Amino acid sequence: MIPGELWTLRDLFVLPNEYIYWSIQIVMYPFMTGLVAGAFVLSSLYHVFGIKPLRDIARFALVFSFALLPGALVPLLLHLQSPVRGINVLMTPHFTSAIAAFGIVFSTYFMIVASELWFIYRRHFVQESLLLRKPHRTLRERVRSIVFTTLTLGAFDTSEKALRTDEKATKILAALGIPIALFLHGYAGFIFGSVKANALWMTPLMPVIFIVSAVVSGIAFCMLTYILVMEFRKLRAGRKSRAARSREGREEIAGAEVDVIRITAKYLVGFLILAMGLELLDLVFRRYTAVKSWDVLASAVYGREFKQVFLLQYGIGSLVPLVLFLIPRLTVRRAAVGVALVLFGIFMMRWNVVIGGQSFSLTLAGYMHYVLPIVPTSWETFKEGAFGAISVLLFPFLLFYLLVKICPVFAPPEAG
Amino acid sequence: MMTRREFLKKSALVAGGVLIPVSALEILGPERLQAIKADKAVRWVFLVDTERCVGCGFCVKACKLENEVPYEANASRTWVERYVLTKDGAFHADSPKGGRDGYTTPDIDQNESSMLTIDPATIDKAYFVPKLCNQCDNPPCVQVCPVGATYKTPDGVVLVDRKWCIGCGYCIMACPYGARFFHPTYHTAEKCTFCYHRISAGLPSACVQACPFGARQIGNMKDPDDPVTRAISTERVTVLKSEFGTKPQVYYVGLDWEVR
Repeated sequence: MIPGELWTLRDLFVLPNEYIYWSIQIVMYPFMTGLVAGAFVLSSLYHVFGIKPLRDIARFALVFSFALLPGALVPLLLHLQSPVRGINVLMTPHFTSAIAAFGIVFSTYFMIVASELWFIYRRHFVQESLLLRKPHRTLRERVRSIVFTTLTLGAFDTSEKALRTDEKATKILAALGIPIALFLHGYAGFIFGSVKANALWMTPLMPVIFIVSAVVSGIAFCMLTYILVMEFRKLRAGRKSRAARSREGREEIAGAEVDVIRITAKYLVGFLILAMGLELLDLVFRRYTAVKSWDVLASAVYGREFKQVFLLQYGIGSLVPLVLFLIPRLTVRRAAVGVALVLFGIFMMRWNVVIGGQSFSLTLAGYMHYVLPIVPTSWETFKEGAFGAISVLLFPFLLFYLLVKICPVFAPPEAG
Repeated sequence: MMTRREFLKKSALVAGGVLIPVSALEILGPERLQAIKADKAVRWVFLVDTERCVGCGFCVKACKLENEVPYEANASRTWVERYVLTKDGAFHADSPKGGRDGYTTPDIDQNESSMLTIDPATIDKAYFVPKLCNQCDNPPCVQVCPVGATYKTPDGVVLVDRKWCIGCGYCIMACPYGARFFHPTYHTAEKCTFCYHRISAGLPSACVQACPFGARQIGNMKDPDDPVTRAISTERVTVLKSEFGTKPQVYYVGLDWEVR
């Protein structure tokens, strides 16, 4: 069986070799890089532009951005027909290809985020490492001691001057990271936008649309996880304060949470409107110019894919959350529903680009329909199916859980 | 005891020292290797005379057998399309199994929309169009390959190195002609090579040899006396989808405007 044949339904005149070759993992790839880039931009709003109210969410966003990075790489590897040869992209990069620079852009970005994290948490590493220097340590303490001492890279200086240098380095890296984060994602847009054979993909707006939607999804994702973590902390503080017969801890957390959410939501709404505006501009432009491919595009967008495009992406994924955010006196619960819907909307946008772009034939007289494999019956249907996508989505959470043990995001060190 | 500064200095020195001899090594891409072997006095081109094609599918059969593309696989390096235009202005086309088994029934295979029976009395015109890789002069598939596993030989044929292709599918997406697919057993990008192994040895491509009506011909564009070159330069021929700027090198005689 031809790879792709398994989940492609063909209708009318489709060329013999046409299948949906780019499936769910290629939907996941821009979705995940979007979250990475967006989370980084959010953290930089504080580090570079000094937007103080974002301070709490900034550190959180940066650590999450780091945890999400491998999540952007895994779907690409899973999708390759010969994954063990993935390294060839670094061995003989063919630079006329938009994909060839991926390894370089990705590792540059990885190094920037890693170094920024190091400068922010260096003081914490030093403190931990010094605290653990004591006789009679348990095995756990000994392992922690090795980890933290290694992470200091031998830089134990925590004088005022050294910490100021850290802060300056953080600021420079955060500023440098913005264009690279945006490039990483705009570049994913370029990969699609430059395919001239595909009538839906080919538009110079594609990288711009990708960047803006990346920022939207990144902010939404950070808000959602932030709310979840804060709720969990409230629950824990509530239990503790009940034991101590006081309500202080719990209300303090709740107050801080609403403030952060309301301010972040303003940025989210701004970027969401921009993203929708750009996508509508693209659609209006295509309709107005109505070149040869318009008939088949229109029948796909307004007909066969109507539910995915207008109901799921624009309706439930964009308009409903926009209304939710614009109603005054935003509550945490409403914000949680809103950001979850925004994330869903952005996922559907990736879906409509990747799958939608392959939903019509090169003949402009036939259609292809993607049937997402749900129950995995083979490795192929696992990785290119619902379970593969869910695994890719859950992987960063596992990494985040481990990372937070080293870089705590809620009892933050003063520096940075 | 070594200080950190000293350690970093020495590490940089060692890394630099190792890099100098290593930088003398070069990974030769498949394109470089091919450039050493190929004949530069040749530019392979193809001529398809659609007026002569009867849709027997012999070319598709021959191609599959010659080129290790599994016979039952629903993909093919070359294929034949059937076009039927009816009096009501409608256009129907199909290519079941790439036309491998010949067009023996007048019904149009519409895939999910099942078979469509057309009353012969309503037909204005109908014809067959053989298709294969256009071996473009400006191949988008070569441009987008991230590892250089697909390349154009100096004699104009686009090849895929099965040992180097990572199977990302970008080339498949980039081809406006749908000429590429994933090989079901090698799991690498697969395409028509004009039967490079045959033409390089002085034999005609398998499909050219199998065509009983001479609808398919291969020639050398750099040889003015080649009958294919003469036909292309003196007759009215056209290419497919020139608007993509790919400069395709498969020329067609008798191509209708409805052909996709």
